[in-house]
Amino acid sequence: MTIIAEHGYLLLSLACVFGFFMAWGIGANDVANAMGTSVGSRALTVKQAIMIAMLFEFLGAYLAGGEVTATIRKGIIDTASIEDQPELLVFGMLAALLAAGTWLLIASIKGWPVSTTHTIVGAIVGFAAVGISVDAVHWPKVGKIVASWVVSPVLAGVMSYALFKSVQSLILNHSDPFTRAKRFIPFYMFAVGFLMAMVTMLKGLKHVFKDEGVSMSFGECALYAAGAGLIVTLIGSYFLSRIKEDPERDADDRFASVERVFAVLMVFTACSMAFAHGSNDVANAVGPLAAIVGIVNSGTIAAKSVMPSWILLLGGAGIILGLATYGFKVMATIGQKITVLTPSRGFAAELGASATVVFASATGLPISTTHTLVGAVLGVGFARGIAAINLRVVGTIFMSWLVTLPAGAGLSIVFFFILKAVF
Amino acid sequence: MAINNPFYKILGRSPIKPMQQHMGEVVNCVKLLEGFFAASNNADWVKASSVYDEICTSERQADELKKQIRQHLPKSLFMPMPRTDLLDLVTTQDRIANGARDIAGLMLGRKMVIPESIQNDGMAFLKTAIAATEQAFVAINELDELLETGFGEREVSFIATLIEALDKLEHENDQLEQELRKKLFALEAGLPPVEVMFLYKIIDIVGEMANDAERVGARLQLLLAR
Repeated sequence: MTIIAEHGYLLLSLACVFGFFMAWGIGANDVANAMGTSVGSRALTVKQAIMIAMLFEFLGAYLAGGEVTATIRKGIIDTASIEDQPELLVFGMLAALLAAGTWLLIASIKGWPVSTTHTIVGAIVGFAAVGISVDAVHWPKVGKIVASWVVSPVLAGVMSYALFKSVQSLILNHSDPFTRAKRFIPFYMFAVGFLMAMVTMLKGLKHVFKDEGVSMSFGECALYAAGAGLIVTLIGSYFLSRIKEDPERDADDRFASVERVFAVLMVFTACSMAFAHGSNDVANAVGPLAAIVGIVNSGTIAAKSVMPSWILLLGGAGIILGLATYGFKVMATIGQKITVLTPSRGFAAELGASATVVFASATGLPISTTHTLVGAVLGVGFARGIAAINLRVVGTIFMSWLVTLPAGAGLSIVFFFILKAVF
Repeated sequence: MAINNPFYKILGRSPIKPMQQHMGEVVNCVKLLEGFFAASNNADWVKASSVYDEICTSERQADELKKQIRQHLPKSLFMPMPRTDLLDLVTTQDRIANGARDIAGLMLGRKMVIPESIQNDGMAFLKTAIAATEQAFVAINELDELLETGFGEREVSFIATLIEALDKLEHENDQLEQELRKKLFALEAGLPPVEVMFLYKIIDIVGEMANDAERVGARLQLLLAR
């Protein structure tokens, strides 16, 4: 207790700095994974991708990031066992942030495909199990999180498979795919708008509107979300109407014009991807911070304390700064590097992945956006939509989380004992 | 910070464009035979020799493309069509170009001139073999559309019609082959026996080229069937 009274604000500022740095790292590196498909398919220029990412990552983080943040903050550790030693939790969360930051730095220098989410969860479980006690870990919840890491790529794959199959039967497998594309793509746009609005209203606006005492039933939410979907559809339809068939390019490739119609749709799925990524990954940076803020402000581990919304704002701001300072460069490199995924496939992968991630965000499950997207790409592959997928690379990516968990855990244990010794 | 994140290597290089390039080169190679036959019919061996060189260059280029396709098809690639089918397909495609080179090599080396009375039949026979190869190329050129539609039924049945046309050309080639053999048989007695032997050999290889073109179609059909 005295430690917190004495050094509370030092610890708090440290947590803010570490949390902000993590958010910066997510913006600098991770966002590129989420947006790479759009840039790679030439549906967006790098500049447009960055603008979309900035806006929608922030919106996702601020409006729909609360649930996952709450899980990271108080879902993994069973705080009942350490109620009399709140400083342990503060050290632990700081250690977890430091460990995740260090590990991610090493991984990006080495070029390993590690997941921010897996690192931070591993780190928190690590310090709690070893530094406090094995019972301090809320194992059922951890089990659920780990299960979601298996389920999320599969779910995204199934959705992308279904989406691509629907595109195939509604649009591609017809004599006039261009007209069919113009007729059916607005429905997909509606789905994108509805999805984002629904999650925002069910989960995100809680903490924005709570002060004004506004509350909405599920039906009302669905109604407003449908309205938002319609607005998105109208905007999209306007852009669609400007796409004209280009016989010159069609002579070379009969589907050139059709793909241009899909490119419009892909702008929208890119928005939803950025939104989904922001909503799930911001927690990796600000979840531990939120835990520390709660303890320092009250002096105790209050399970019921409400998270101040400035924490999510800070996370969102960090992501934007990361994008502006470094993400730009990463995205530009990817734009040149990535093998082209045509918009008709890219959209299916992005929509499948973002729907899965947004769903996880609403449930409070921290999952890896990258892994989910890999699952989605595989789903399109199973629908015979992609010429060649490197299974070895897919294997490397999925193996990486097995390595990441002990690495994150080990580092956070080390940092935890160092911090404990210092204070 | 490095950014060689493997995530961006998930998508492998598509083998489809190289397959089409390879078939395009094969068509180039085979079409040169027409000029070669014309030169040999006139016993213009200077011209024939220069066309032969062109044929060899083209055949080598096709070989190079074939090797590259094989190198970039590791077992760990996940593709909408079986890897073995693609490898068989490229082998079959390549055999057509080999046939063209063998014919030109043989005829130039032995300074063979087709007997004047069957020169026209010989040319017509060759032209149907070339037409079959070109038709096989048209079908192979649909591979990217096939992928684009995710192996949609419509595209599959469209390719089936292209393959039918290819089969028809091969059948035509077969009939011309029979007629040509018949005519050569009638002339046989008045020609040097060794010369006749090699004329039959040339007819064989030209017919085999058309057969290989048809086999390209058959392989393609197998690829669609799954």
